[in-house]
Amino acid sequence: MNLAYVTRRLATLLLTVFFVILITFFAFRIIPGNPALAILGTEATPEQIQALEAKLGTDLPLGVQFVHWLEGAVTFDFGESLRYSEPVLDLIAGRLPVTFSLALLALAITVLTAVPLGIAAARRRGKALDLLVSGLTQIGLAIPSFWSGIVLVLVFGVLLRWFSVSHYVPFAENPWLSLRSLVLPAVALAIPQIAIVVRYLRTTMLEQLHLDYVRTARSKGLKPSAVYYKHALKNALIPVVTVVGINFGEILAGSLVIEQVFTLPGLGRLLITAIGNRDYPLVQGLVLLIASIVVAVNFIVDLSYAWLNPKIRLR
Amino acid sequence: MNSRKNVTLWLGIGIVSALLLLMAVSLFYVPYGANEMNIAHRLQAPGRAHWFGTDNFGRDILSRIMEGTQTAFAVGFFSVCIGAAGGFAVGSAAGYLGKWTDELLMRAVDALMAFPGILLALIFVTIFKASLPQTVIAIGVIFIPGFARVIRGGFLQYKEADFVKAARGLGAGHGTVIFRHIVPHVLSSVIVTASLCFSTAILAEAALSYLGLGVQPPDPSWGRMLNESQSYMNKAPWFALAPGLFITATVLGFNLLGDGIRDLRDRRA
Repeated sequence: MNLAYVTRRLATLLLTVFFVILITFFAFRIIPGNPALAILGTEATPEQIQALEAKLGTDLPLGVQFVHWLEGAVTFDFGESLRYSEPVLDLIAGRLPVTFSLALLALAITVLTAVPLGIAAARRRGKALDLLVSGLTQIGLAIPSFWSGIVLVLVFGVLLRWFSVSHYVPFAENPWLSLRSLVLPAVALAIPQIAIVVRYLRTTMLEQLHLDYVRTARSKGLKPSAVYYKHALKNALIPVVTVVGINFGEILAGSLVIEQVFTLPGLGRLLITAIGNRDYPLVQGLVLLIASIVVAVNFIVDLSYAWLNPKIRLR
Repeated sequence: MNSRKNVTLWLGIGIVSALLLLMAVSLFYVPYGANEMNIAHRLQAPGRAHWFGTDNFGRDILSRIMEGTQTAFAVGFFSVCIGAAGGFAVGSAAGYLGKWTDELLMRAVDALMAFPGILLALIFVTIFKASLPQTVIAIGVIFIPGFARVIRGGFLQYKEADFVKAARGLGAGHGTVIFRHIVPHVLSSVIVTASLCFSTAILAEAALSYLGLGVQPPDPSWGRMLNESQSYMNKAPWFALAPGLFITATVLGFNLLGDGIRDLRDRRA
């Protein structure tokens, strides 16, 4: 992979991260009125307000505050939560594994379901199966994941009682039970993503099937399955890598909501609780971290895309 | 192939018009008041008196769903307007002026695009109190980068076209060139984007309201109804069905509409 391409992408990445730092800083400085007053309420004494301002650092000049925030962001020091009186980083580190295992499970379900479905739809283009798949993907795209989550709870938790709903078990404690507690939310998160990947893969497969090398492979007498899986799929998967990468960001954002449905103790619940408590340092740290993870994943995806498809580097 | 594409468009038009009709009806008539409580009839299963059942306050779910169409369409319409207006300002400036303006604006757009939309909306409602107008603005801002890209692309494609050069040669000013010659060509892409953003807006509003950070009571919202339904899952499982079905149907309708219009345009081109 050529260096100029990597450097250019890296510059964009750093610019975006800086932008994220800028947004998270200024967003919490334009709170109407005084942030300390907003947290404490109108009955607070001037001394209380002063003490909180000193703790938040909002009594310092704006430039100094920004340098502090920048320093903190680079060293992962986001200050202390107002509610829990613990460093924001520790709180995040405790919840990160929950959200991450949920996102990874959802991603695995997405890929394992979407790839066979996408190929099947492309192979039987225009036939009943293709129409069925394209109808289902339209519905899959339209269903809000938190509603499919609720319906899954209704069916498998309340009606059939197959899954213990809203009881999270850490992976290290009991991998089997942990997986069981994550399966329903992961499926709910995966449904719209499966729809996106199936539609995308179907299109890229159909594009590949028109190309000369596929005709050559067919005319030299290869079995259809070899043509599809060994030749066309390899090339059709390249753009899909990008989509899956983008999916990871969407799954992460989606898990913020789905964790509420299943009362999973992850980043999403921490964020929503922090917003409710007006715990600004915690909200700020969480937003910065989640956005940075998404940006970093997109960067890795861009690089892998360029690695898989040399043509892209010329652009 | 052609007939199938038309199916997409017509299905979309059908679903969206049905919902628009329901909204129009709800302006003049709902079976019960959307906020009319009747504790004696709380959590009733769907039946002849209450087609979708009643909620934990004995309010008629159908009436609340009907009034919820107003919220959903208002959020969709106004947030798409904000996104399109902001996107037009940024995209047309970048595409028409080019050079460093383009570079600067597009880098900012890239950065905003990389920022997960729901996070941006969550920050917004944290800073300003959660309410209907706040939700509309928060969601509208998320759409600006997407519209900006589409509009910039159109401007780049058409600003050097022969008919634009001809118009300039005849002495047309920038305003005339932009609004009379370029904008009409960009419009179809903008309509497609608007339709797809409309469905995203409805999903986002539902998610925010579900989290309790969007539309506030007593304004009826489908997302908020789902939130309320969760406490009564064992006693009243039907409570969660109608709001979810209506969100899905609305999103499906606008997605199909957007896809259908895009296919129609691509075939003409």
